[in-house]
Amino acid sequence: MDAITFEGVGKQYRLGTVSSGTISHDLNRWWAVNVMHKEDPYLKIGETNDRAHKGESEYVWALKDINFKVEEGDVVGIIGKNGAGKSTLLKLLSRVTAPTTGKITAYGRIASLLEVGTGFHPEMTGRENIYMNGAIMGMTKAEITRKLDEIVDFSGCERYIDTPVKRYSSGMTVRLGFAIAAHLEPDILVVDEVLAVGDAEFQKKAIGKMQDISHGGGRTVLFVSHNMAAVKSLCKTGILLENGRIKQLGGIFDVVNSYLSEQESYFLIKDNIQTIDKDLIINKIMINGTESSVSRITHNQPTLSFQIEGKANNISNAEICLILKNNNGEALALFSLSEDSPLLTLDGEFHFSKKILLPERLHHGMIRIDLHIHQPNVQYYLVANNCCCLDVEGYIPATGQIRSINSGFITLIEKND
Amino acid sequence: MGKPVTIITPQHRLWEVDFREIWRYRDLVDLFVKRNIVVQYKQTILGPLWYLIQPLLTVLMNMVVFGGIAKISTDGVPQALFYMAGNVCWFYFADCLNQTATTFTTNQAMFGKVYFPRLVVPIATVISNLLRFGIQMGLFVGFYLYFFFTGADIHLTWAAFLIPLLIVLLAGLGLGFGILVSSMTTKYRDLTILFTFIVQLWMYGTPIVYPLSIVTHSTLRLFIMANPMTFVIEAFKYATLGQGYFSWLGLGYSFAFMCVLLVVGVMVFNKVQRTFMDTV
Repeated sequence: MDAITFEGVGKQYRLGTVSSGTISHDLNRWWAVNVMHKEDPYLKIGETNDRAHKGESEYVWALKDINFKVEEGDVVGIIGKNGAGKSTLLKLLSRVTAPTTGKITAYGRIASLLEVGTGFHPEMTGRENIYMNGAIMGMTKAEITRKLDEIVDFSGCERYIDTPVKRYSSGMTVRLGFAIAAHLEPDILVVDEVLAVGDAEFQKKAIGKMQDISHGGGRTVLFVSHNMAAVKSLCKTGILLENGRIKQLGGIFDVVNSYLSEQESYFLIKDNIQTIDKDLIINKIMINGTESSVSRITHNQPTLSFQIEGKANNISNAEICLILKNNNGEALALFSLSEDSPLLTLDGEFHFSKKILLPERLHHGMIRIDLHIHQPNVQYYLVANNCCCLDVEGYIPATGQIRSINSGFITLIEKND
Repeated sequence: MGKPVTIITPQHRLWEVDFREIWRYRDLVDLFVKRNIVVQYKQTILGPLWYLIQPLLTVLMNMVVFGGIAKISTDGVPQALFYMAGNVCWFYFADCLNQTATTFTTNQAMFGKVYFPRLVVPIATVISNLLRFGIQMGLFVGFYLYFFFTGADIHLTWAAFLIPLLIVLLAGLGLGFGILVSSMTTKYRDLTILFTFIVQLWMYGTPIVYPLSIVTHSTLRLFIMANPMTFVIEAFKYATLGQGYFSWLGLGYSFAFMCVLLVVGVMVFNKVQRTFMDTV
């Protein structure tokens, strides 16, 4: 049984501002469609949605030729770069805006969580807002009253429930908003990257709840996120969007892997620098022998090479360190360039090249690297979080044991004397 | 298969308003009404008293300018009562009109995130404005009783039974015109600038500060008679004060006007709501 069907769905947007220029297009379109009974002339033009390149036409297709089916009870992760059309797709499904072409069919009540706490009024109390928000999502008052205790309990905001929402922290607002949505009991739940604000405990709770929703009630969930770990743990199938088209559709692991590996050609490690001191210029960072921010650690690779080149203007007491994290952002290991020497003084051109010894048997998975140059406990000169993503081919036990992909990176083995 | 089927396509028929859907969302209408009312009082000291101050000051000013300086006749009705009757009705109409006319622009944050029948919002606005209208009507009744017992020449007529219909006409005209304006201003904002100005002019084209009976110039009279608000206000004055122009034909015209306006308004609103997020 298909819960959702997309048939040739497209959405065209006009770029630029609305001004006197647009009215001639509007009149032209009106003339062609209503008087001449021809096709909309502007539907034929329009370019694919590539955010980075300058285009010829004012019209772009944010989505084009989208065809897919989602089975009932399936949890679908939608991934892609910024501007690939993920949110547009959810907007069409949740009927915030209508498609330009094609047809979407959905069976069952749709609830969308494009943003939690939609319609929250800051002056009203948490309780009043639960009713308001619930009703906006299509619940009746009686339904909300029946679930009120459960919602309050799930949100963990009981103490504040009769306080105006404007006094809430942003995390509390999200908790309350998600709690309402999670208790909606929709047949189709559409979720867009809402879990970014809550704390770790709540994120875990929210993902658990979404799993319950899909497993327990056979409900269908569409989930957009950049958090690959969350996507992988939650979804069965994945859709990879690129420039408004479906690039890949299939099992979630394949889709996530091809998404991560295709990023290779796009970003360099030094493109991922978030903050940098004005006295510091970085020319080149290489990890594992490449400047690309994605690379692989193959079987039995004993070392990881690290190189950094740049120019500095009298930076003293500096420490350069690399933090290796797993996919959930938990630190696994730390390497410091000045571990066994006094802190560095960088003045003029500098060049470092180090080899880091890797544990003998790494588990299969992803390792992310944070690069920091800082004066310990004083200030940061450079922050590049998640600057590099290492795909660890790693050690996969051949014993047939089922082991979760997120169960750790270092496999312990017995020592043979 | 008990599940509702949603089909989303770019094509639409001109008239495909799902009234059953709006009915399903009646609890939301109710909550919006409450929210509109509650939010207005928050963090004000005088609270709902403001509802009384506004008509009192307006009536006072009308008495000074139109009654005192311009010496426009009020058909023998005490000035305060005459102006208040017209103004209270006009305020309700104008509130409905002004507030529904910004439906899309003021709610774009909410509309951009979640779907519900958009018509719920203007409907709730019209209902919540009834509270204010009721309070101002109470003020009018107070004045009425005072003047009645001090022997002014006023009397209720049988037409008072039509007052609920008159309120429906005020609400319907305000709503119909309001949603039409809100739909037409999502993409091109030119009309918003013109709009406040039009509402102001419209008030002078409606017999509020003057009785219809003193308009004798034939083209001018025709012009004022073409205004659907004229018959509503005049009928209200006739019903409560015993002075005014009452005509079934006129009210019929207003009613027909309202119906056409609502149909066209809902139609345009419905068309615009589907994609207004892209152009607002």
